[in-house]
Amino acid sequence: MSTHYDIVILGAGPAGLTAAIYAARARRSVLVLDTGTVGGQPVLTHAVANYPGVAETSGRNLVQVMAQQARDFGAEVVAFARITEVDLAGEVKSITLRNGTRYTATAAVVATGGVPRKLGVDGEDRFVGQGISYCATCDGDFFTDRPIAVVGGGNSALEEAVSLSRYASRITVIHEFDHFQAEPWIVAEARANPKIEFLMNQRVLGFTGESALAAVRSADKDTGDLHETVVDGCFVFVGYVPNSAVLSDQVKTSERGEILADEALRTSQPGVFAAGDVRNKRVRQITTAVADGTVAALSALDHVNEAVT
Amino acid sequence: MLQTGLEHIESEQAFQETLEKNENVMVCCGRMGPMCLPVYDIMEELRPEYTHVAFRDMAFDAPVGRVIRSLPETAGFMGLPFTVYFKNGKVVAATSSIQSMDQVTAILDEQFGAEG
Repeated sequence: MSTHYDIVILGAGPAGLTAAIYAARARRSVLVLDTGTVGGQPVLTHAVANYPGVAETSGRNLVQVMAQQARDFGAEVVAFARITEVDLAGEVKSITLRNGTRYTATAAVVATGGVPRKLGVDGEDRFVGQGISYCATCDGDFFTDRPIAVVGGGNSALEEAVSLSRYASRITVIHEFDHFQAEPWIVAEARANPKIEFLMNQRVLGFTGESALAAVRSADKDTGDLHETVVDGCFVFVGYVPNSAVLSDQVKTSERGEILADEALRTSQPGVFAAGDVRNKRVRQITTAVADGTVAALSALDHVNEAVT
Repeated sequence: MLQTGLEHIESEQAFQETLEKNENVMVCCGRMGPMCLPVYDIMEELRPEYTHVAFRDMAFDAPVGRVIRSLPETAGFMGLPFTVYFKNGKVVAATSSIQSMDQVTAILDEQFGAEG
């Protein structure tokens, strides 16, 4: 079975859903495919308080409204799509699913977002859910009156460290640099918290324990001095990696795998546009993803209009 | 009460009946939090394909949650949700924290056989 759309959008996070809203409202046929649940990274966010025009809400609620808007304008939004092949070269873009269904399109918007970066060290996978966590609001109460570590030095790491101080007996923030990337206000708040201590300029070597996490091993990046931080839990917040592997070498990417795009969000592949966290940019917020989705959709619409005239 | 499209297990009696009446059971015990919601979504998505599996959820903080929290197989779990797979009433697999579609289907296929 093969079905043709004007625009196919890979990824149903804020960038992809915004692109779908704009493209579908322009009365183009639009298909949104996501290999996971609809909503992208915001689904994993308990509270969104800085999205203009919307009082504090959960990330899930915010993206569910976006998805409904896209559907109301006529876009098809498919979650848990089991994509086996993506071919974005040539004039016709094609996506093939495991069940043999093949979708084609005149233009494609890649908005596949990112996933939390892992440290990639010994013991990390083994202790996920048994000491290692990526969600403080979900799992913080498992560590009431117990020592924990937080790995990272950005806003997320320090905000979560402060949040976790409601539960934990002691928090060691382990960071790879001798300074923080986080904004000064949250750095000051963390430094003023009597439960939080800091282990800077560290390379995390691994996690140890028997049936559950017992310690984080790290080394000073300059001296090589080894540290063993004895903890019951560790929360890891070290950024995101782009979900661009599905495209293999079909568009140009940075050395970090982020898709390179110009101001109109055109990629190196004609008819293919990039939006949101998957592309090369500095600021990754829901608001910037939404802006990207808008620009990518308008550029994709231009491409479709030129293709059909 | 969880706001999902799954059947909820709300009492220990209902839990026992679920295990007695179904050969293959997957129970996700969690909250309405960011690590749990994707697993409920995955279960709802798989339900039409895996008709030989009973998909259920359970509120972690409700009294009935004790039946999952107290299992030997979930001792040491410190990440929501706790997801437990039962075959003929016996635990055959258990996971802690968020899982992907591929991770869930790998367990379902291994323990219960591919989609029915």
